[in-house]
Order: sequence, then structure tokens, then C-alpha cells
Amino acid sequence: MMRHLLSAGDLSRDEALLVLDTAAEMARVAAAPVKKLPTLRGRTVVNLFFEDSTRTRTSFELAAKRLSADVINFSAKGSAVSKGEGLKDTALTLEAMGADAVVIRHAMSGAPHRLAGWVRGSVVNAGDGTHEHPTQALLDAFTMRSRLGRLEGLQVTLVGDILHSRVARSNVLLLRTLGAEVTLVAPPTLIPVGVEDWPAQVSYDFDRVLPKSDVVMMLRVQRERMGAVYFPSVREYSRRYGLDAARMAMLPPESVVMHPGPMNRGMEIAAEVADSPRSTIVEQVTNGVSVRMAVLYLLLGGAMGGASE
Amino acid sequence: MTTAPDPRRPRPVSGDRTAAHPVLDAADVTRVLTRMAHEILEKNGGADDVVLLGIPTRGSTLAHRIAEQMASVEQRTVPVGSLDVTLYRDDLRLRGVRALGRTELPPGGVDGRIVVLVDDVLFSGRTVRAALDAIGDLGRPAAVQLAVLVDRGHRELPIRADYVGKNIPTSLRETVHVLLAEHDGRDGVLIGPADLSRQESRQESRQESRQDTSS
Repeated sequence: MMRHLLSAGDLSRDEALLVLDTAAEMARVAAAPVKKLPTLRGRTVVNLFFEDSTRTRTSFELAAKRLSADVINFSAKGSAVSKGEGLKDTALTLEAMGADAVVIRHAMSGAPHRLAGWVRGSVVNAGDGTHEHPTQALLDAFTMRSRLGRLEGLQVTLVGDILHSRVARSNVLLLRTLGAEVTLVAPPTLIPVGVEDWPAQVSYDFDRVLPKSDVVMMLRVQRERMGAVYFPSVREYSRRYGLDAARMAMLPPESVVMHPGPMNRGMEIAAEVADSPRSTIVEQVTNGVSVRMAVLYLLLGGAMGGASE
Repeated sequence: MTTAPDPRRPRPVSGDRTAAHPVLDAADVTRVLTRMAHEILEKNGGADDVVLLGIPTRGSTLAHRIAEQMASVEQRTVPVGSLDVTLYRDDLRLRGVRALGRTELPPGGVDGRIVVLVDDVLFSGRTVRAALDAIGDLGRPAAVQLAVLVDRGHRELPIRADYVGKNIPTSLRETVHVLLAEHDGRDGVLIGPADLSRQESRQESRQESRQDTSS
């Protein structure tokens, strides 16, 4: 296992499967009467969140606490960052406090990579700008495998704001490694430049892709990242790229609907779809804790920050 | 480096398993497991409330075999589960990350039951210590007992087995190989010289004695 988790693309097939298998064992802890393992006693995990994210921060915090690590939450608001402290000085401060792992969420793509060069502990990318969100991709893969029993050969369709989505980027990289086939569906304005080089198909016609999708993953339309207008109206977007009950009926019987959250009900996903038995949205949150426990264990469980080689 | 040779046996010369000499053959292993099954039944007055928990990988296999023997004597099924103790080990920081084995409790769990832990080799006692902690997080058994196929001595903790297949006095430099048909193609117990390249600590040599626990 590597020392940091910065990109889903850094994981080999064996490493990714090790994370998923480890997460499957960690999931049993959630069912046990005592939801706590002594594994990371005495280790310190810092949640360094420069962007708001209750969901991911809470998930990492719970994962670390279930492994008995000490957790420090450090958010940009109300910290020295709002007084103008740079990332490097923040990092060195945390380093001096003896952090064994830093979980970082940052609005700038690449911030975790910079951080990894400055600190001795492990760095976990919890989302950097529009770049990557590897633990989300791992929990998505975990959810697909537990629902459908396999990943190899699965047809996975990612729909929506591919351009701004770090979830899409990480998922494409990881699913490719694990042998699934990915199709991206979005309005042309929300498809990134250079998508030809991605290991994925691109389609602009949602209805044609639906009947052969084992997994449909709806992505949130990230209005906060959109300076310009990418589509004429919410209504039009929803008509062409939203998943409603009629579209869900076109899916093969076993297929599942995923969403990384937080979702805009009525925009990219209709309420009756989000609440249907095909939806894995709540499971994804539960699985997120198990997967993050697995990542923290594999990075921190061993000697000297995890390097077992 | 001076070894501590056992004067009763000629020393094998190389580290491969062909140089290891057998202590128990396949028939012996079967006899020993049958006896252990009867001992468990005798001590607990039958199989009521008894749950076997094997420590992966070979402990789980042994637990299933003992449970089958108990079941054929008592004409009833005996619940079996497996308990991976990796996350409870005290040497994680020294040895680096390992893949986890399976933990599966039989239906009904361990609350109020008599849990018999099953492992292949009892050595330092640290695995059993970790297993006791793990059981404490899973429930509250009425009692915990320990069954091992081989007790090779050299305890580092105040732990003893209730049921021992075979006591094998060893030197620290030796390794005990437990072979089971499900993993190794045949049953048997061998004693061999330690693989010196891997002998960095006693935990190392214990791990060596259990073969590839990831299989």
C-alpha cells in the first residue's frame, strides 16, 4: 500500500481490491455491538477542510474514531487561514503537532499533492477542486460490488456535470482499473476538453445509454462552480439529463441508481427515483465510513505511516 | 550466530520444507482432532451453548473439522464461526499492514455461549490475547476456552490452552508448519529450521510457522 492516497489513478488493481476487501471486513464493525477497533490507538488524524463538506468530514471523522485514532477537525473558517496563513504554514503547524495523517479538502486542484511534499504523515485527498475525490470513487466501487456482485465488465453511466466533477474523474480512473466500462453523458458544455483521452465513452443521448447500463450515477449540478451559464434552463437540463421514473423504467431490471450527494431533488434526480429500492444513495453514505476506515487502516496501520515495503 | 539445537534430533541443514521433519502425519492429525472434539464435549457436558471460533486461516479450518466431529458424536450441529484478530494485534506498528481475514459469527452470536477459540499453533500467546479483546467487542460469552493443534511453548503472556492436540517442545529458532489438506493438499505437522532471512523477531517466526495466512 502506498503512503498517500492522492488520486484514484495511483491505485493498482490489487491495491484497489485490497481496499475494497478490507472495507468489507470493516463493515462488520458497524454491525457489532461495540463499533470500535483499537487498531489506530495513539494515532492522530487531522481533518483539514478548506471547503465546506459536512458529509465527507463527518465520514472521515467517524472512520478515524471507529479505529480509535484521535481526530482534530480543522476548518478554514475561524482559523488562521482566514487571517491569511498559507497552506504550507498550516501544514507545517499540523506537522509540528504530530499529525500521522492529514485528510485534506481544498478548492484548488492539486493542493493535496503539494501538501504531500511538505508533511511526513500520510495525506488523503478528500476532494481537491474539480480534480479528484478518490475515497468517493472507492466507496462507489464498493457499493457497486456489494449490490451487483462484480465490477469486471459492468456498464457504468455517469450523468451530469462531468466538467466540474472530481467524483467523475476519480470514478473513471478507478472503474477503468477495476475492469468496468464507463460512459459519460452530459450536455456538450459540461464535457471537459480532452475527454477523448479519458478511458471512457461519451454520449449526449441519455435515453440511448439507459437500456444497457448496470449502474447510473447521477452527478450534482455544481452551481457554485459555474461562473457562466452552461445550459439554457434548469427545466431543460432536467428534461434531457435528469433521471425521472420514466427513464428509470428503461433500465435493465437489476441495475442500480447512485448519487454521491448532496442531491438536488427534482433537478438531476427525481424524488421517486432517489427513494426507490434501486437507489443506493443511503448505502453509499454507510459504505463511505467502511471504505475510509479501510483507507486509514492501510495507510496508518503499519510501521512509520504505512510503508510496508 | 549460534543456534540452540535440540539434542534429541539431528539438525536439518537447509531452510526448505523438505528438510523439516514430521511430528504428526495425516492419520495422527485426524486422531488428535477427534480426541479434542471429545474433550470439548466432555468438559462442557455436551455441545449445548458451545460455539467454535477459528482464527483464520488454519484455525478456521480446524474449527470446522472439530465441529464436524462433535456433530457426529452428538447428532446435532455445532455452530462455527471465524474471528480475524489482525485489527487487535499489538504488533501492527512493528510489522506493517496486513490484509484482513474473515470474521463471521454464527447466528445467535456469542452472548451467554461457551466460546472455544481454535488456532493451529500456540506460541507467544499474543494472537490469543488479541482474540480475547476482539471477543469482548463482539459480546459477552459465558466462558472462553482455547483449543490448539500444537502448543510449541515460549509464552510471552499468561495464557494457556484448555485443549492441546500435541505439545511440541521447540527452540525459538525452529518453525512449526501445520499443513491442512484444504490449504496444503495434505495433513501433517512438521518442524523445520527457521527461515533465517525472515527471522527478525519472535512474531516473525511465529508468523512463519503459520505459513501464508493470507491464502
